[in-house]
Amino acid sequence: MDVVTLAYVFFFVIAFVWSVFLFLEGFDFGVGMLTRLVGRNDAERGVILRAIGPNWDANEVWLLTGGILIFAAFPPWYAASFPSAYIPLLLLVFCLIVRALAIEYRSKRPTHRWMNTWDWLTFATGLLLPLLVGVFWAGMVHGIPINAEGRFVGDSLWSHINVYSVLGGLALVSYCIAHGSVFLRRKLDVDWQARLTPWALRSGAVTVVLMTIFSVWTVLAYSADGVGIAVAAVVVLAFAAALITDRQGRTLTAFWFNGIGICAFMAQIFVALFPNVLPSTISDGYTLTIESAAASSTSLNILAITALIGIPGVIAYQSWSFWVFRGRLRPSELAQSAYK
Amino acid sequence: MDLSRAQFALTTLFHFLFVPLTLGLGPWVAIFETMRYRTGDERYGRLSRFFGSLLLINFAIGVASGIIQEFQFGMNWAVFSRFVGDIFGAPLAMEGLFAFFLESTFLGLWVFGRGRLPRAVHLASIWLFVLGTWLSAYFILAANSFMQNPVGFTLDPVSGDAVLTSLGEVFFQPLTVWAWLHTIGGGIIAATVFVFGVSAYHLKRGNHVDLMRKTFRSAIIVGVLAGGFQFVVGDILGVIMVDKQPMKMAAAEAVWETTGPCASLGIIAIPDMAARDNSFEVGIPCLLSIVATNSLDGEVVGMNQLQAQYEEQYGPGNYTPSVWIAFYSFRAMMGFGLIASAWMVVAWWLTRRGRMPKSRWFWGISIWMIAMPWLGNLFGWIFTENGRQPWVVYGLLKTEDAVSDISVGLVATSLVAFVVLYTIVGLVEFVIMRRYAIRGPQDVSEPMPGEPPPVPAESSRGWTS
Ligand code: HDD
Ligand code: HEM
Ligand code: HEM
Repeated sequence: MDVVTLAYVFFFVIAFVWSVFLFLEGFDFGVGMLTRLVGRNDAERGVILRAIGPNWDANEVWLLTGGILIFAAFPPWYAASFPSAYIPLLLLVFCLIVRALAIEYRSKRPTHRWMNTWDWLTFATGLLLPLLVGVFWAGMVHGIPINAEGRFVGDSLWSHINVYSVLGGLALVSYCIAHGSVFLRRKLDVDWQARLTPWALRSGAVTVVLMTIFSVWTVLAYSADGVGIAVAAVVVLAFAAALITDRQGRTLTAFWFNGIGICAFMAQIFVALFPNVLPSTISDGYTLTIESAAASSTSLNILAITALIGIPGVIAYQSWSFWVFRGRLRPSELAQSAYK
Repeated sequence: MDLSRAQFALTTLFHFLFVPLTLGLGPWVAIFETMRYRTGDERYGRLSRFFGSLLLINFAIGVASGIIQEFQFGMNWAVFSRFVGDIFGAPLAMEGLFAFFLESTFLGLWVFGRGRLPRAVHLASIWLFVLGTWLSAYFILAANSFMQNPVGFTLDPVSGDAVLTSLGEVFFQPLTVWAWLHTIGGGIIAATVFVFGVSAYHLKRGNHVDLMRKTFRSAIIVGVLAGGFQFVVGDILGVIMVDKQPMKMAAAEAVWETTGPCASLGIIAIPDMAARDNSFEVGIPCLLSIVATNSLDGEVVGMNQLQAQYEEQYGPGNYTPSVWIAFYSFRAMMGFGLIASAWMVVAWWLTRRGRMPKSRWFWGISIWMIAMPWLGNLFGWIFTENGRQPWVVYGLLKTEDAVSDISVGLVATSLVAFVVLYTIVGLVEFVIMRRYAIRGPQDVSEPMPGEPPPVPAESSRGWTS
């Protein structure tokens, strides 16, 4: 295929990968926060964490892939946006490190102080990570100062931080709690439901409100066309549907509605960017577009083959892995849990 | 720029504290798991779980510190990322999609899948994990070898950035293949000495003697073989590097003026960077010619001649890396890396036919050996990366031109933050690793749901000690 078509395809693929990341890690982050919000003692928190035990690490690789694909398919985009978001990204990687330890090491020492500290860190990183991801992407839509050579020339601290981007981040945090509680309602047995339901409903409602404000803002400021409005409508409707089905106790349906909602959220960001990848706040002429930032044809063709084999393959065996661990946690598994 | 360099060096070296153990311990665990599968002997199950839990502790940080690396390219090395993006894209994307997903998904399945998965599938998961880690090493080393010796590209006439023309050349240039073998070898040595040292700890105290004697003796065999392998591969790698980066290898030997035939190999040298000569050196006659060219009358081109040649080729500038670092890190790599293999020969002799030395020294040294391959691996990288200076992509892009336009204050702050975080993380990991290593293999008292009951020890096959 020619470079231009492939570049557009990869723009779509990147949106897809980031959506999958937010869909899968969304509930991991949410579960991380809920360990503190719902779990009352060390043992309960261990049970909650056990729910994401087998998969959270692989889910995180979607984030990595999302970053790598930007690097691979649009090197100038990567080279301009990563330094511009230096501080948010630095915090992000710190959080990733701390979270990995918090999840893996909490049970390695059976003292309350040890577990309690790690559990607070699981909570904090579960909260900060979606916030930072939101700030990163919404900040990108807002645009950053890049010059004629496509180099970032602004102040790394503030270029991604503004009311709009923080709002995007908060919407994601709230979505994660909602998504995580729906996930836990399916993973933990009945006696947990009474405690999980209020969290699911409250955060679901907040998500609908925040997502609506964010979507309206996005449409008005960045994508006031038919597609923009349509995607925004899907965001709002999907999260509303998730809330309603959740209230009716149809948790599986709610889970998937959350999924649709978050894909639409990511789509909304990419629609707002389209046909650019990174708007320059200095001059429209300096804006990086899909076509101008694309990698070479050889490279994109190889990437296309890689993605064509890799992504379906990963989805296949990851789904299989989810299927292996399907259903509610068995008591025997909790007894020998690595996270007890 | 120096700060960005320091930060990159710090974070990759930190990442590489964990990489070798993951690369090498994976196969150990997988082999225990296979033996358990084939013999049904639960003693292998105890071993695979014991070393498996140590592997997990290590892996958690390996992954987290690796993710940081991925982000660093863009954050600190913007120009570099733009320049090589087109080349690095493919290997890094393949690493993500073909290797990282594989290792993380199947590790999860191995850890939590006991009892949920059929036994053969459970066994396959640990092997797929090993495959993932080895593949990931290959992909990243293909990228790194491009930085050492760029191939398979042209320069874009407009932007001046590198554009990929042949992925095959990037993937299969000899340097990639040999550097991969060398790195895997380093990983196997590190993990084997780790198994050796941990076993020594328990033997010293008389704990778990039946199990630990077995692992101790196996580690000796693997360790000695791996040491020999590493020596041979390293020698081949050296010959390749003399061809591709003569400056690095001349620096490694502190050869200022072209010498030979029968060039001598320096044992000690005091390089004087300003006078561009050694103020003192001791060497073994003729050995360098043999090592560098595999013949007695080979000639070794000196740094002064190379410097003049490069000035002509690339314009004025200093093309000599720090000879101090190159000379001594090269020797430290070999010395630290191989000392454990040498010690293992001693250990093999002292423990022959069931003997158990009483000497506390013997066991103490065996435990301390664990640290040696780590130092070897770290110095290997310091040599490889530092010897490439002043280039970040050899002959194409200088390090000083490669950084992002971000403020010094910011990089300094993040560097301090990294140091603090890494110190804490490193200590925590060390404490936990130590705790688990000392605790030793646990009894597997009851079978996991869905598994056959353990075979009583007497009736098991394949277990000799
Ligand atoms: C020769 C081996 C090797 C080398 C040179 C590197 N790595 Fe590495 N990396 C691995 C071998 C490895 C591994 C064996 O696959 C790891 C190591 C520890 C681990 O747990 O998996 C890993 C993990 C790992 C991860 C996490 C993967 C996951 O989530 O499963 C990332 C993102 C990176 N690495 C990235 C890098 C980058 C950007 C490097 C270059 C500076 C780098 N690695 C050097
Ligand atoms: C694909 C893999 C790698 C890439 C792309 C890469 C890239 C770089 C870059 C951009 C620098 C900074 C420029 C410089 O000062 O040299 C650097 C330096 C360095 N890297 Fe690597 N590196 C890779 C792998 C590694 C690994 C695995 C290690 C070892 C753990 C390592 C160790 C170092 C060290 C020690 C330095 C500092 C050298 C010095 O400043 O003198 N590198 N590398
Ligand atoms: C006498 C034996 C050895 C020789 C001749 C040798 C040679 C070399 C050479 C020439 C390089 C540079 C490659 C480059 O610049 O790209 C290198 C790199 C390296 N060495 Fe060694 N080496 C030896 C033993 C060891 C041992 C025992 C270890 C570790 C336990 C080790 C670990 C490394 C590592 C990690 C690197 C950097 C990665 C790479 O380029 O593959 N080496 N070695």
